[in-house]
Amino acid sequence: MRLSKSWVIAKKDFKVFLKQKKILYSITVAPLVVSILIPTVIYFAGQNKGGRLPATELMVLLPAFAFFYLILAGYIPTTIASYSIVGEKVEKSLERLLASPTTDSEILLGKGISAFLPSIGAVLGGSVIFMVLMDLVTQPKLGYYYFPNWNTGLVFFLMVPLTVVMSVGWNVIVSSRVTDIRVAQQIGILLILPLAGIYVGGELNLIQLGETNTLLIIAGILFAVDLLLLYAARATFRREQILTKWK
Amino acid sequence: MDGDASRDFELPSMPAIEAVGLTKKFGALTAVDSVTFDVEEGEVFGFLGPNGAGKTTTIRMLCCLISKSSGQARIAGYEVGKEADALKIRKLIGLMPDNVGLYEALSAYDNLDFFGKLYDRTEAQRRENIQRLLTMLGLWEKKDVTVGTFSKGMRQKLGIACALIHDPQILFMDEPTANLDPESAKTVRDFILELKKEKRTIFLNTHNLDEAQRICDKIAILNTRLMATGTPEDLERSVSGKKTVVLLVQVTDAILAALRRLPLGNMTIDGNKLTFDVNDPDRENVAITDAIYRAGGQVRSVNIVGSTLEDAYLKLVRSDKT
Repeated sequence: MRLSKSWVIAKKDFKVFLKQKKILYSITVAPLVVSILIPTVIYFAGQNKGGRLPATELMVLLPAFAFFYLILAGYIPTTIASYSIVGEKVEKSLERLLASPTTDSEILLGKGISAFLPSIGAVLGGSVIFMVLMDLVTQPKLGYYYFPNWNTGLVFFLMVPLTVVMSVGWNVIVSSRVTDIRVAQQIGILLILPLAGIYVGGELNLIQLGETNTLLIIAGILFAVDLLLLYAARATFRREQILTKWK
Repeated sequence: MDGDASRDFELPSMPAIEAVGLTKKFGALTAVDSVTFDVEEGEVFGFLGPNGAGKTTTIRMLCCLISKSSGQARIAGYEVGKEADALKIRKLIGLMPDNVGLYEALSAYDNLDFFGKLYDRTEAQRRENIQRLLTMLGLWEKKDVTVGTFSKGMRQKLGIACALIHDPQILFMDEPTANLDPESAKTVRDFILELKKEKRTIFLNTHNLDEAQRICDKIAILNTRLMATGTPEDLERSVSGKKTVVLLVQVTDAILAALRRLPLGNMTIDGNKLTFDVNDPDRENVAITDAIYRAGGQVRSVNIVGSTLEDAYLKLVRSDKT
């Protein structure tokens, strides 16, 4: 496989994305809103309790909040990958691309890179803003800066990339079945339901998201799902199938 | 257009495109049935057929986009269907699909630049080819304009430029003038004729008979299976019989009744003009005029018209349906 070919395809997609307002909004606005909104809520949530939220409550909330970024990591590639693949179907440009001297894997990797890099950039960029603001809000109560720590490092640098890969794989499969970008996004976004479940479980203290072992188990599950979805995506993304069976 | 130095593959002296018993089945449906033909280097080969005849499927097989069910095909000696040859074939050919397939959010220049990169053209080669192609097609002034704002004709021309960006010696074009206004269609046809002068091998899918007759050196008529192959003149000659057109002063029931008693082929009536399918005009025209005079008619003119490519096409396609 030649990475240079995949990179050419990814760079072309980046140029297309820059012209798509919806993609630009999903990459910038969603992470920014989440990253500013959560620390703001925490700041004001403590105001009617004679100061800020007690440290014990914060210790449950903060690790779970980091999981909110897994939801973002599932959501952002949905927008991008649907434009990247269904967009080619809508513009009927896939045949010309498939007729070029590139392999199916190179095209798929190019599409994966074009969905992966902006998503990772957006989520990690948002997470930095989140951690800085949250530290400013919680440090007076905790007496130390909670972020960064090893567990959030695991979330942001291991689980977020795994979730983005999972979302890209899922969206390739979804994109093969639909011909409308919005439908692709609506189905693609179903992926965030289990991620939202983990987040809610953490907030309700049903899952101990502050424990490294829990995080490693979730990461292991994500990795296994990634492998399955990537295998299925590769099986779906074959020239003949794209031209004769994709809707 | 770059000259031979920029090409990655030299074409050996063999048919540029060769198909023997090429077949494609989709489940129980046979889309292309044991098609055999060859296209020589520098030839413009017209692939004629009605919708659903298997023209696009054939192109897709030859361009290594879909697999063949059976039979053999070679492009410049490389074997279609052989995994190791697929990339070589795709590098060697250019494809103008029936859907133009351009990136609407990108400019004309960016579209061409992207495909140039996919075909490993250097920046200098891309710049040179883009300028030459866009200038030839009258689009250079629009190079930075977003393709989404282009007219259908402009898109079609840009689509052809995309297929030529890597300077392929073999070009597959799937209905390049379909749905174009007459002026745009003529521009595209003229451009294909320019490519013909450059001795490029062109495989042209079309159901425009006039276009095929004007451009193609050789024509194949397909209706799932190959009905006929030859030069346009060969195909015209292949239709047995000619037409006799008789212009009368007035057509009467008595004349028509007299003519219907003759053992002639099909007769069509258009006002005072009668057209007969005839096999032996010298003999049959005498009988026709004689019958007309006997029925009290007056003949203004009698003309013998040879068969056209359209006649050949319709005869072959209709005979296949019956």
